[in-house]
Amino acid sequence: MDSAVKYPTPQGNPETAKFWKQTVEGKLMIKRCTACGEAHYFPRSICPFCFSDKTVWEESSGEGEIYTFSLTRKSASGPYAIGYVTLKEGPSLLTNFVDCDMAKLKIGQKVKVVFKTTDGAPLPFFTPVR
Amino acid sequence: MSIKGKAYIAGIFEHPTRHAPDKSTAQLHAEVAKGALEDAGLAKADIDGYFCAGDAPGGVMAMADYLGLRIRHFDSTDTGGCSYLVHLGHAAEAIAAGKCSIALITLAGKPRTGPMSPRPSGAEADFEAAYGATTHNVYGMCAMRHMHEFGTTSEQLAWIKVAASHHAQYNPHAMLKDVVTVEDVLNSPMISDPLHRLDCCVITDGGGALIVTTEAIARSLKKPLVRMIGHGEALKGPRGGKDLDLTYSAGVWSGPRAFEEAGVTPKDIKYASIYDSFTITVLMQLEDLGFCKKGEGGKFVADGNLISGVGKLPFNTDGGGLCSNHPVNRGGMTKIIEAVRQLRGEAHPKVQVKNCDLAIAHGTGGLLGVRHAASTCILERV
Repeated sequence: MDSAVKYPTPQGNPETAKFWKQTVEGKLMIKRCTACGEAHYFPRSICPFCFSDKTVWEESSGEGEIYTFSLTRKSASGPYAIGYVTLKEGPSLLTNFVDCDMAKLKIGQKVKVVFKTTDGAPLPFFTPVR
Repeated sequence: MSIKGKAYIAGIFEHPTRHAPDKSTAQLHAEVAKGALEDAGLAKADIDGYFCAGDAPGGVMAMADYLGLRIRHFDSTDTGGCSYLVHLGHAAEAIAAGKCSIALITLAGKPRTGPMSPRPSGAEADFEAAYGATTHNVYGMCAMRHMHEFGTTSEQLAWIKVAASHHAQYNPHAMLKDVVTVEDVLNSPMISDPLHRLDCCVITDGGGALIVTTEAIARSLKKPLVRMIGHGEALKGPRGGKDLDLTYSAGVWSGPRAFEEAGVTPKDIKYASIYDSFTITVLMQLEDLGFCKKGEGGKFVADGNLISGVGKLPFNTDGGGLCSNHPVNRGGMTKIIEAVRQLRGEAHPKVQVKNCDLAIAHGTGGLLGVRHAASTCILERV
């Protein structure tokens, strides 16, 4: 995917507003539960593991590694690489790998977050670390 | 309470069409309902329970009204392609509980004729929709990880398509009737790595229906007796991103529940209908159901082991979704129908399993690499 691709604008809601406010600042936020200590993604108010409401925002390092990926060879906007990244902080998330040679992607490869513009808040994507 | 032996599949019907531009979706639902009633030897007025999923135009209220049903029990659970395997389990529960005595389950639609409506999204939408998850690439992601962890190969996956094609050659309604080789699969265009075009199922218009009933009613009818003896269902998703593992499906939970209720093991199964949206779907589910160990699916499916009369586990003897029919991009219904054909002895003679008295129909629905459901039904000839 390149800059010609038009990404959907995040709609946001009271539960996730903080996340989208922070992507404008170039920050990737996750939620951590102070009761059980687990981090999760995408952000919820109530911990999906222990169901405590003691969840707090935390800035992710934005660094992680590729858990898996698949290169879609044809689409209306050209080829793209979907995959999961496992963040250093623990949670895995669905994303696309951008600004790279998609043919060279490998499971286990180190990646970092980059943000792409939309008509609203920027969206997080990942790119291999050189 | 158990459903074991409480519900009988008395009527089955698979629409022969694979392309229906001249029919409406509601009409196809009515046609398959009519077909299943005729197969059972029952009338519409006998139906007192109805089950349908997201493919039914307007949902259960509109569909039941269109069909002119007067029912006292209904269920519109939608878990994608395995909805009908879930419905079969739920129909068995309802019959066991006395909530209905003759249940109709229908599936129909026309994805080949026109585009499908987008699947409804949940709280994850803002965090996932932009990344273009499609059926091809999320199953591709599962295959990629399976290859990475267990050394599964594209050649091994190809054997699943080869086996399906061997069966499809005998099905006059199959969309793809030509027998293919491992090389044919590997030489077909790459769609979403590592899945080739021939690793994917067909897209077909059509549908199917079932009539599920009590033992007493089933015994009053003329068809061979086929009953449910075990059912399990389960859901799996990324769960907040913790310990993501795309190498197994929710079948690891639905399968054991069904086998336990039935009181049988995978070794006892004579015929297996296994959801085959893609070759990797089959391989993962065979492992998850316990037909082989996790990671050994590649070895298990190779060299024709799934071909009826050749291998140890005959599967999808109608040609499955990979070659015959995947109506409305939902393969659960046809999985049940072919299992019932096998148990009745009504499969094509070239693929009929000898003394087939115990079968499994299993499927997943939704997106295997993201959020999905699984349902396992164990069926017995009485």
